[in-house]
Amino acid sequence: MTSSSGERMLDVRGLTVRFPTSDGIVQAVSDVSFALSRGETLGIVGESGSGKSVSNLAIMGLLNRARTVISGEVEFKGRDLLTLPPDELRKVRGKEIAMVFQDPFACLHPMYRVGAQIAEAFTAHSDAGKHAAWSRAVELLDHVGIPNAKSRARDYPHQFSGGMRQRAMIAMALVHNPDILICDEPTTALDVTVQAQILELIEDVKREFDIGVILVTHDLGVVAETANSVMVMYAGRVMEYGPAAEIFRHPQHPYAWGLLDSMPTIERRLDALVPIEGSPPSLLAPPSGCPFHPRCPYRFEPCATKLPPLKVPADGAHLDACHLPYDKKVELGAQRAKKVAA
Amino acid sequence: MAFYIARRLFWTAIVVAAVIAITFVVFYLLPAGDPALRFAGKNPNAQQLDLIRHRLGLDQPWYIQFFKFIKNFFTGDQYGWPGLGYTFAGQSSVLHLILDRAPRTLLLIAGAAVIWLFSGVTIGIISAVRRRTIIDRAAMGFALFGISAPVFWLGLMGLYIFWRQLGWSSGTGYVSPADSITGFIGHMWLPWVVLAMLYAAFYARMTRNNLLETLGEDYIRTARAKGLTERQVIFKHGLRASLTPIVTMFGLDIALLVGGAVITESVFNLQGLGYLAINGATTQDLPTVLGVVLLAALAVALMNLVVDILYAFIDPRVRYA
Ligand SMILES: Nc1ncnc2c1ncn2[C@@H]1O[C@H](COP(=O)(O)OP(=O)(O)OP(=O)(O)O)[C@@H](O)[C@H]1O
Ligand SMILES: [Mg+2]
Repeated sequence: MTSSSGERMLDVRGLTVRFPTSDGIVQAVSDVSFALSRGETLGIVGESGSGKSVSNLAIMGLLNRARTVISGEVEFKGRDLLTLPPDELRKVRGKEIAMVFQDPFACLHPMYRVGAQIAEAFTAHSDAGKHAAWSRAVELLDHVGIPNAKSRARDYPHQFSGGMRQRAMIAMALVHNPDILICDEPTTALDVTVQAQILELIEDVKREFDIGVILVTHDLGVVAETANSVMVMYAGRVMEYGPAAEIFRHPQHPYAWGLLDSMPTIERRLDALVPIEGSPPSLLAPPSGCPFHPRCPYRFEPCATKLPPLKVPADGAHLDACHLPYDKKVELGAQRAKKVAA
Repeated sequence: MAFYIARRLFWTAIVVAAVIAITFVVFYLLPAGDPALRFAGKNPNAQQLDLIRHRLGLDQPWYIQFFKFIKNFFTGDQYGWPGLGYTFAGQSSVLHLILDRAPRTLLLIAGAAVIWLFSGVTIGIISAVRRRTIIDRAAMGFALFGISAPVFWLGLMGLYIFWRQLGWSSGTGYVSPADSITGFIGHMWLPWVVLAMLYAAFYARMTRNNLLETLGEDYIRTARAKGLTERQVIFKHGLRASLTPIVTMFGLDIALLVGGAVITESVFNLQGLGYLAINGATTQDLPTVLGVVLLAALAVALMNLVVDILYAFIDPRVRYA
């Protein structure tokens, strides 16, 4: 397999996920499209419930197909993962696409040794013997920075700290040198000091293994530091999507402004934070028009009735889904930048 | 670990001694009449009664009898070790009586336990994996039936259908496997099934619920994310965590039945330990009752210890705590 940085690996088009429940249909993800290349880190941000996890679980085929309605396309190496037979998809999971989850305390089986769980990830897709699999587990634990990996591999998860468990999860994800590593809020459950180490580890791993990373997070600061491109999600929809530098320099969507203004930075004191008023809508009965319009300070006539399409509003801009005319966005964006600087 | 076991054994001894003491007290406080009257024939005079009481040791206060009982237990008596004394009724050895009857009860429990463990856990797994299908509903319907059907009713219905009507069972009574292995099984299979029914129903429900709960855990999602097959996910990762509490319950259920299979024993006229205990209680035969109570209490206490040790082997979080 040749691997060159920049090669397009994943193409998600029109991904839509619905959960039929007894209360009605939960429209968790609506028409989400994005792409990922080798060596790229895509940051996915958005408030709780915006469909970040569900999107990624759908890509991994980890949603129960019997109780979920999924449509769209997830093209990976020329195949559509959404229509792949379950056993074919299983061969992709953990081998070509691996995932690290939010809560390392709950994600490791409490009754098996850490090393055994990593070794198992190896034997799941290879005929290697027990011994070889164990060596691989130790090798990777060592690689992700677990001291005394050889003896620590024999420990049970409860003997590991949170940060070590997340390292073990990353080791587990790497056993087959995957093409894509999906990290769903990998640091949310960890201490602040450990968070930075884990993010650094993910960055190192990305470079060394030359993989594409999807990094889901609430923390825009994390995205600003590591992501090449950013996708802002709200109520299951893409609000804004583009290169990270542009998103942070010229954010176009009022929701993105809201997220940025509510994010603590070194310059901004905590009491200067402006939270977004209100809360995300129910996905059982999402608002008509733009899902963000009930909370948007700049809403005007079409917002409540017409869904804004995701498009590039002008030359040199990036994708957003907002009815505001581009000039207006530039003007409001400039005002906002001045306020932040002041 | 050795210290832990020694400490637990010490407490086991205390608990068993307390159970015996309570049995003594109940026996003396319950106004059930004078046991001596039973052995004195018609119209006994006071002298005869005193003689009998003296012979049975009933003329001493209960605590003296208690300590004698304990002492004999450890030192043994003329019938061997452990000394359990002799029955009021037949003046025969309680130890021999128990050794004679215990195999009936223990074999009843063993057969039933094998049946309920395998059928209960299997049904529970199938139910969980096929959740909300007809199979699941049928299995849980069976479980509800098994839990609510009284054992004596099940036993009588079973006898009527499989013995009287179909002739598949050899009916009530007990045949030792040493005498005839086919006769043993012919008599025992129905009581095994009847006794197992209630437990199988409980175990099926518990296995199903535990497994469903476990399958919702984050580490199951991790197992799937690794690319394990659904079979590996359920049987390795799911069952490992959901069967642990069942092991505990299994040990205690078996132990409790040593003195608690009375209804099954009597419906099928097996005359095991339960029969001894009931007979002893109704004829106020204190030594017999004490013998069975002692055995039942020991079974529960020791099984408790075994289960705790086993638990530590199964669950690393307990072992390293
Ligand atoms: N199995 C399910 N059945 C019904 N609704 C679901 C199911 N799974 C997720 N949802 C709903 O889908 C929506 C999106 O959830 P998702 O977990 O993707 O959010 P998220 O962006 O990852 O949020 P967070 O930041 O809190 O992790 C939520 O409203 C959630 O309640
Ligand atoms: Mg999430």
